[in-house]
Amino acid sequence: MALTGLEIYKLLPQTNCKECGLPTCLAFAMKLAAKQAELKQCPYVSEESKAKLEAASTPPIRLVTLAGEDGKLEVGNETVLFRHEKTFYHRPGLFIRVKDSDGVPSIQEKVKAADSFKVDYVGIPLTVDGFAVESASGDPATFEAAIKAVREVSKRPLVLMSSSPEAMAAGAKACAGTSPLLHAADEKNWEGMVALAKANKMPLVVRAPTLEKLAELTDKIRQAGVEDLILDPEVVGYSDTLMALTQLRRLALKKNFRPLGYPVIAFPRTGTNGKVDQVVLAAEMIAKYASLIVLDRFDPAEVYPLLVLRQNVYTDPQKPIQVQPGLYEINAPKDDSPVLVTTNFSITYFAVSNEVEGSGWPGWLVVADAEGMSVLTAWAAGKFDADRIAKAMKNTGMEGKVKHRRVIIPGQVAVLSGELEETLPGWEILVGPREAVDIPNYLKAMWK
Amino acid sequence: MPVTVELPKEKWAGKVREVTLGATPAEGGTRARMLTIGGEGTLPGLRFDGDLPHKPIIAIEIRQRKPEDWSPLLLKAWGTAIESPVEWAKAAEAAGTDLLYLALSMTTADGKPNTSDAARAVVRQVLTASSLPLAVVGPGQAEMDNELMVAVAEEAKGERLLLGVCEDKNYRTIVATAMANGHLVQSKTPMDVNLAKQLVILIHDMGMPLERIVMDPTTGALGYGIEYGYSVMERLRLAALQGDGMTQQPMIVTPGEEAWKAKEAKVGEGVPAAWGDWSARAVNWETTTATALIHAGADVVVLRHPDSVKRIRALIEGLL
Repeated sequence: MALTGLEIYKLLPQTNCKECGLPTCLAFAMKLAAKQAELKQCPYVSEESKAKLEAASTPPIRLVTLAGEDGKLEVGNETVLFRHEKTFYHRPGLFIRVKDSDGVPSIQEKVKAADSFKVDYVGIPLTVDGFAVESASGDPATFEAAIKAVREVSKRPLVLMSSSPEAMAAGAKACAGTSPLLHAADEKNWEGMVALAKANKMPLVVRAPTLEKLAELTDKIRQAGVEDLILDPEVVGYSDTLMALTQLRRLALKKNFRPLGYPVIAFPRTGTNGKVDQVVLAAEMIAKYASLIVLDRFDPAEVYPLLVLRQNVYTDPQKPIQVQPGLYEINAPKDDSPVLVTTNFSITYFAVSNEVEGSGWPGWLVVADAEGMSVLTAWAAGKFDADRIAKAMKNTGMEGKVKHRRVIIPGQVAVLSGELEETLPGWEILVGPREAVDIPNYLKAMWK
Repeated sequence: MPVTVELPKEKWAGKVREVTLGATPAEGGTRARMLTIGGEGTLPGLRFDGDLPHKPIIAIEIRQRKPEDWSPLLLKAWGTAIESPVEWAKAAEAAGTDLLYLALSMTTADGKPNTSDAARAVVRQVLTASSLPLAVVGPGQAEMDNELMVAVAEEAKGERLLLGVCEDKNYRTIVATAMANGHLVQSKTPMDVNLAKQLVILIHDMGMPLERIVMDPTTGALGYGIEYGYSVMERLRLAALQGDGMTQQPMIVTPGEEAWKAKEAKVGEGVPAAWGDWSARAVNWETTTATALIHAGADVVVLRHPDSVKRIRALIEGLL
């Protein structure tokens, strides 16, 4: 657990020698607590204090890295249960599973389709993170061939799935030069898996059906020298998944329970009764504490919403994604083109600009500084009012750019039109649609 | 050596209020059953910390008039039923909804402004066509909402309808008529913990019992600000469990309306091929939005597509 400045101060020499560059030990302690200084700046700290401080600064959930031929994925190191408490840091990896028994052509076809999948979400490219190759055949040579086949068409990080150390050894060999995740060590095979993880310096999944058995196993494995671990609590279904993943996150954060202080891998399997659906369960896992999610199917219509949910849940609540306030010209506007006003929340901006662009209309988009909030939120917070809109119109010099005097405001702030007539004298205030998607129809009907 | 894992438990001081929608004949209405929501003494699905006496419920949104601007996918899913609120109510019941959520229109079929008589008639027809509990919301224009809601409240006296939408600028008339006629109200505020709380206080100050207020903290669709609504709901629910009395109302949200406004759901042409099959994507958009909101503490999710209803039903049954 992180220590407070005062707790850290008690462990420092308290001599105020200033050699760390700060005027007092207390000031240094405060900087340490805020993670703006490093302990090594203090030449006199005792070994005992050092050990205590280092233990306290170890993250409650270990950061684990998977590396492919090109690109790596870091998961873990989360510090809160709810995103509003601070933020979630490392977006869960979304992996697509293939089975070695499916044959090379079929495997490559699936991997190619998923590997090239890319959508643009408010300027952020969304892709899958990698592939899980499962040794369904049980035959090491088939497993090795399947992994090679995947690597021929994708350079993303891999998860190798087998409970046989022999097959896993063949898999690890096929991944030389990269750092795939080995899935998984269990009660029976752990010694063999640990030997492989150690020899190849690869992260290892520890799998067990109960949290007690999981903790028991991670203890043994850590003592055997493997630290980069990921937990598979073998969850099935909505309830079991939510409860187990919540308990794991709480144990790590609230109890600083080291044996379970690792990221979690989860499989939103559809199950035999057909009652669980991959999208819904994967969405639950994104919201509630999975760090790696392995999907059975690749379907863009499923992966796209899941990647957007992941992006949304992992957005830092303190830093909404913003665009620069100012004037944006769309489709080469002229002095008779429509003038539209919106806020500088990126999702709002992209929704509006995409619609105007797609409509074929040239337009002037005036983006007001609403501190990165969406229209309704900004309006409620007093960050998108008549004064701010008038200021944006003035700063962008709209008066000199168009001959007409008509400005379109978002339908959600229709209530501002009266006030705007006062803050923007001479302008006619048009109330646009409530939703960006209706802008093309609105322009067709209302402009000219 | 066996390891003991001591699971951290939360001891919550408060719980969500129970609110009952719909009145059976014994209670002065005509509904076949009453629906109680709320009562949670723990976060969604976490039974190890406390009781979850009632599952979240599903409402299907139906309209007084065939909506002009709905996605063709929704029009196709409901077929000709969408032409008539009576048929639509029956189809929604057959699709497995718990609650009917009837939105009144700005205009009647002849294009003229909606009237109290037309609103009374449609509510009477829907109450006759289906015995499910009912929510009725106005078209969203303050003067008309007030006029129509007074008529609806009187027409359905004693049915324990959920009436909406009460907003901070316009709540008094709806609250007064709901109190006079034995109904409940939906209190809607724009994604803010304090505003949500404040409107509950204002409505309660008028004399409305807290057992008759359902909060709508407002949500955004997946990709369009869901994270704001999601965190506001988590914060409201945590405050409720910590004992803050004015945040202890059950929460209703409208993922159907929000998700189907998003381009990803609404349209199938002129979008990137990488977005995948339109129909599947659209339902996934609504379902994913609703899934996240149930995990944030929603007690009522208002949906639009029958396939989303099935999938969210399976989630609700599986969680509890």
